[in-house]
Amino acid sequence: MTDATLNNIKLAPREATTWQRLQVNRNWLGMWFMLPAAAFLILFLAYPLGLGVWISFTDARIGRGGDFVGLENYEWLWDDTVFWLSVFNTLLYTIVASAFKFAVGLYLALLLNQNLPFKAILRAVVLIPFIVPTVLSAIAFWWLFDSQFSIISWTLKKAGLISTNIDFLGDVWNARWSVIFANIWRGVPFVAITLLAGLQTVSPTLYEAATIDGANKWQIFRHVTYPLLTPIIAVVMTFSVLFTFTDFQLIWVLTRGGPVNATQLMATLSYQRAILGGHLGEGAAISTAMIPFLLAAILISWFGLQRRKWQQGENND
Amino acid sequence: MTMITRRTLVKGGTAAAAAGALTGPALLDWAKAWAQSAPWKPEKGAQLSMLRWKYFVQSEDDAFVKLMEAFTAATGVKVNISRESYEDVQPKASVAANTGAGPDLFWGLYSLPHLFPQKCMDVSDVADYLGKKYGGWVPSAVTYGKSGNKWIAIPICYSGNLMNYRVAAGAKAGFSKFPATTDEFLAYAKAMKAQGTPGGLAFGHASGDANGWVHWCLWAHGGNAVDAKDKVVINSPETEKALNYAKALYAEMIPGTASWNDSFNNKAFLAGEIHWTNNGISIYAAARRDAKLKEIADDMDHAYMPIGPIGKPTELHLLYPILGMTYTKYPQAVKALMAFMLEADNFNKWLEGSVGYLTHCLNAYDSNPVWTADRKRTVYRDVAKRTLTAGGLGSVGEKAAAAIADFVMVDMFASYATGREDAKGAMKIAERQLQRIYR
Repeated sequence: MTDATLNNIKLAPREATTWQRLQVNRNWLGMWFMLPAAAFLILFLAYPLGLGVWISFTDARIGRGGDFVGLENYEWLWDDTVFWLSVFNTLLYTIVASAFKFAVGLYLALLLNQNLPFKAILRAVVLIPFIVPTVLSAIAFWWLFDSQFSIISWTLKKAGLISTNIDFLGDVWNARWSVIFANIWRGVPFVAITLLAGLQTVSPTLYEAATIDGANKWQIFRHVTYPLLTPIIAVVMTFSVLFTFTDFQLIWVLTRGGPVNATQLMATLSYQRAILGGHLGEGAAISTAMIPFLLAAILISWFGLQRRKWQQGENND
Repeated sequence: MTMITRRTLVKGGTAAAAAGALTGPALLDWAKAWAQSAPWKPEKGAQLSMLRWKYFVQSEDDAFVKLMEAFTAATGVKVNISRESYEDVQPKASVAANTGAGPDLFWGLYSLPHLFPQKCMDVSDVADYLGKKYGGWVPSAVTYGKSGNKWIAIPICYSGNLMNYRVAAGAKAGFSKFPATTDEFLAYAKAMKAQGTPGGLAFGHASGDANGWVHWCLWAHGGNAVDAKDKVVINSPETEKALNYAKALYAEMIPGTASWNDSFNNKAFLAGEIHWTNNGISIYAAARRDAKLKEIADDMDHAYMPIGPIGKPTELHLLYPILGMTYTKYPQAVKALMAFMLEADNFNKWLEGSVGYLTHCLNAYDSNPVWTADRKRTVYRDVAKRTLTAGGLGSVGEKAAAAIADFVMVDMFASYATGREDAKGAMKIAERQLQRIYR
């Protein structure tokens, strides 16, 4: 009887418990591996973003939490000329600076991809504007653009080309072009070096084949280099647009948004209203208003990427 | 060694204000006696941290460090001092107020405590103690220091913002002394520009200089941002007069003032590029320190801001109030430190170290020799009595602070003077901004 029972137990097929099943479940294990990263993202990215959006619907001031006020902050912004000016400035700043950064960056990348003497040194030199802390380069530009002590004005005056100093940061349009120039100077190395890395992944055999087919330099660039470079262009330009759109340091050091808010970007206006002026709710609303623009920039580059894959005939995921 | 007891200390009182300050071991003895008699006894094991505005004059900071060392020696309370550019104190204080953690004391700009009055310690006892002992507070300091019936900060000092000008160039232009009225001032600016010695006032986002002079100009012509009930009244014929005056003045300035931040006029004055501007005494102090700039130091002087059509002074000077945060674990130590800073034997020495850059808010300190040792500093003695408060006729609270921080007035003047808007348009934009802030 005892033996029979033991035999029965031995022979009965073992029912695996849920826990045992989970132990060998790859998805369950995968979830645990992902959890630290997810927690990190939720804590440091999703939560602050959500909190920022929430604050934009309150009348929070610095030092005290606010009450829910619905869309009031947005309604005030809707007919606030300074806010719309900052939107215009931010778009102008981003579009012009990004376009120039792309053009100059691509040109530099193509140049540096050639077999030049001192290639390594030249590539290192190109990176310098990117290495210098933004605040330091902004201070250097501040002196270059000074209304009284600008070396540019001084040189042009000595050369007899102008009679009075150029009002770089005091005139509305001069100030805009000046800060855009400084941003381009700072942003070009990032674009150039990343595109250079992309260029080096292009197989030389493709160029050889194109040359044998009788393609000229422009045709090689247009039909070989450019299509192969588009994924990296999409990534680089997404980052570049995001960095430019959210720029703060350069403007704050050079103009503080002046003259007459001509260089006031959404990021600087948000800081001015939220932190200096104490209206956290309104500052948060300005920051939140940046999100659709940023999303649009990301989506454009994402669809750009997909199109590239389609062009290449790969599986379109 | 000087023996100072509690009795001699009490006898000292106001008289000590005029008598100058103690140094070295005498200061330490005095400090110890003070600590014994002071109404505030720091908590056991107390340590304080303070974030203050970064000094403009090195000798002021040296005197301040000595003062803090004496406090530590007398009370055993260690004070950690951090320094930030004065514009950066406010954001940091705001974040501390929001999060409930950070330095125990913040020493910042004018309306700082009114941005978060409920987070500031009630220091009415300290203010009453000092006011009674040192001849009372100037009225503007009371306005800034109090929220409702209680003091939420101790007004330590003002930084005066007055006219700085070159004497010889003015005399050459036919002005033996600096103009006392706005009409004369415009004529002066014209004459100075005509002879190639122009001046300038900041039209850029210069927290101190630009806010200082545009408010003077607005008030001098009878304009006001808000009335006594905080109702927005900026859109007025008086404001338009002020705008027209500023535009006329702008035409007589050196080009480029629309881009000026706070340091631009200092640089330009010391380089001999401009011959009049509004500023603290820092230009003069810098010129005095540098042998190469002796000519400028000898030739320059200071004057009150000219009186406008309304017939009385309408200056706006920067107040530096110190506040204790409610989250501090050592409120008694905070109060003791505030009182200690303003006691005559400490404050006199510190005032002298600041060489006229900073002006007291307690009447007894009028007699400090710093104001008469160099007569070029004398006008700065009176800035606390002459200044109006942020917000003008209206409340000095967070709304006034926000309007200043947001450069509403500066942008109104700049947009009209530079031709970006007409007067009506500039006033309308400012009105809209103010309505948003004062809603």
